[in-house]
Order: sequence, then C-alpha cells, then structure tokens
Amino acid sequence: MNLTGLLVIFALGWAAVTGNFGVLNLLLGAVIGGLALLLFRVKTVRPAFISRAWRIAALALLFIRELLESAVRVAILVLTPDLSARLRPAIIAFPLTARSDGEITLLANLITLTPGTLSVDVSEDRQRLFIHCLSLQDRDALIDGIAIGFEAKVIEVFK
Amino acid sequence: MSGAAFLELATTIALALLSLALLLAFVRLLRGPTLPDRVLALDMLTTIAVGYVGVLAIKTGFTLYIDIAIAVALTGFLATLAFARYLLSRKAGEQPATGEGLGK
Amino acid sequence: MILWVGEYAAGVLVVIGALFSLIAAIGVLRLPDLYTRMHAATKVGTVGAGFILLGVAAAAFDASVVLRALIGIGFLVLTTPVSAHLLARAAFLTGTRPTWLTYINEAESETGDKPKY
Repeated sequence: MNLTGLLVIFALGWAAVTGNFGVLNLLLGAVIGGLALLLFRVKTVRPAFISRAWRIAALALLFIRELLESAVRVAILVLTPDLSARLRPAIIAFPLTARSDGEITLLANLITLTPGTLSVDVSEDRQRLFIHCLSLQDRDALIDGIAIGFEAKVIEVFK
Repeated sequence: MSGAAFLELATTIALALLSLALLLAFVRLLRGPTLPDRVLALDMLTTIAVGYVGVLAIKTGFTLYIDIAIAVALTGFLATLAFARYLLSRKAGEQPATGEGLGK
Repeated sequence: MILWVGEYAAGVLVVIGALFSLIAAIGVLRLPDLYTRMHAATKVGTVGAGFILLGVAAAAFDASVVLRALIGIGFLVLTTPVSAHLLARAAFLTGTRPTWLTYINEAESETGDKPKY
C-alpha cells in the first residue's frame, strides 16, 4: 500500500475517533498519521516523499521572507521625499537555465514578488527572461543572486 | 484598554487608512495616462477592497465576509486577466500608447 | 485570556495591513511609470491585504475561519504576480515605454531578442 492511501486511512480513522469530519480535523489526522509513519517506517517513507516536501517547504519559506522584505523596501522607497533621485529603473535580460514551462512560470512568479524585481516577458526562444528592476545597483550581482538562489531551488523542486 | 475596545479602535483606524488608499488609487485611475495604468489602478482598487472587506469581517463579526473577500480577489484577478488579453488583442490596428515622461 | 491576545494581535495586524495598503496606493500615485508603479501595487498591496486577512484569522479564533483566511492569502499570493506579469507583458508588447529614468533597457538594445510586435 502506498503512502497516500495510508495517510487517507489514518486521517479517516482520526476523524472517526474524534467524531469530527471537518476539513481541518482530517488534515490534523493526516499530519499525525504522517508523523507516526515517520517514527515507525522511516526507510520506506523518506526517499520519495519527505525530501521533496522538505524542498517545497524550504522554497515557500524563502519566498515568504523575500516577499516581506521586498514589501518593506518598496514601502520605504515610496515614502522617501526625493523619489526620482533614488530610483534607478532598468530592464535587464536574465539568461534562463530553467527549461520547462512549469519551472519558468514558477521562477517568473517568484521574481515578481521579490525585492525590486518584476518579470516582464520571456524571449521567443526561451533563453532570456526580461526583468524590470526598481532600483538597480549591480546588474551582474543581481543575475548571479537569482541564478544561485531562486533558480537553483526551483530546478531542485522540479527534479 | 480591553481587547474588544482595542480591536474596535484598530478596525476604525484601518478603515480610515483604507478609505484614503482607495481615494489615492482612484486618483491614479482618473489620471491614467495610458490604459495599462488605469488597469493597474483598478487592480489596486480590488486589492484594497479585499482588505476593506476583511476589516469589515472583524468589525461586524460576520465571518461570511471572508468568502466575499476571496470572491472579490478572484473577480479582480479575472478582470485584470481579461484586460491584459484585451490590450494584446487591441494592439493590431492602432498606434502604440505612449507613457508619461516618455523618452524615445 | 487567549481570546484577548487574539484580539490585540488582530488589531495590530489589521492596522499594519491597512498601512501597507495605503503605502501601496501612495506608490501607485507617486512613481513615474507603469512598471515602477507595478512594483508598489503587487508587492506592497499583496502584503497589505495578506496582513489584514491574517488579522481576521487572529480575531475569529475559529478553525474554519482561520482555514479560509489562509486560503484567501494563498490565493492572493498566487494570483497577484500572475496578473502583474500579464499586465506588464501586455503593456510591454503594445508599446508602453518605461520612463526616461530607466538607464538600462536590454529589451530594446538587443534587437535579436526584441519581442515581435
């Protein structure tokens, strides 16, 4: 029996025992079931499911942190009096390593919600992603940052 | 100050701030200058409206308002999608729009 | 007691969210061109609405409400970049030029990669 089937059974069992078939309670049952599986069947569960889930969670956490940081930065920038002196807008071409539609889509969305960058378009040959920057300091550093930060993690998740 | 009174004060302040935000976004909607700018202003208005409905949910105690907030967000998303499609389909026979502070 | 903490947290979250929304609107009004305005509308606006929905979750202190508020936040975070990206792309392809302040524009300079009109 595979992992998903086990988790569904554990969730239903938990709901039956606690007498509440609400969505949240079913989820709680699945989580507790998953933890129990972790305790007892570490070897069968780990390779396929856990490492991927962990990578997705790491990406989501990184994403939330960057989103908050970018919101604060843009907010501070917007409130400075000499706005046009502080702005250094630019459109740069980011060389894509990611290839599949899913990877490029996820990467473009992540870039849109991170500090100072907004994806505008993908070139027709899918080699470059055009990014608009609100206040560009160092073009190469920005490209390197995205390549080893988000792009590497995105490719990892899809691997 | 008790929790309920604090919450009442906070929601009132939040509603005032959000009203001001709606007004500012509306100014951008009127000013334009191009159609994409106006679409962006409309998108901003829906995002603020989501927050507004959320604050109302706390103030009135009707948690049903959360579903309304989600529905407003969905409508705003679809509206922006439709506008973007419209912009792309409209470009064919017309002159390109020009932006504020244009430099060619 | 725990409900009180929830109420204080909700009040703080809601005011923070409203402040972010206001700053987003100020940004949309003050910034010089469509692309820079989009930064303010997408990032700051999303975080503002997200904080307010978190505030609703804290105030209600009820599993179904918390779940729906979280779904709403997830929905906002997923859809805002998509709509911003689409709008930026549509504006870009229909010829809305960035402000003269823009000091590098690689989409213009590399004619080989220039999007087809």
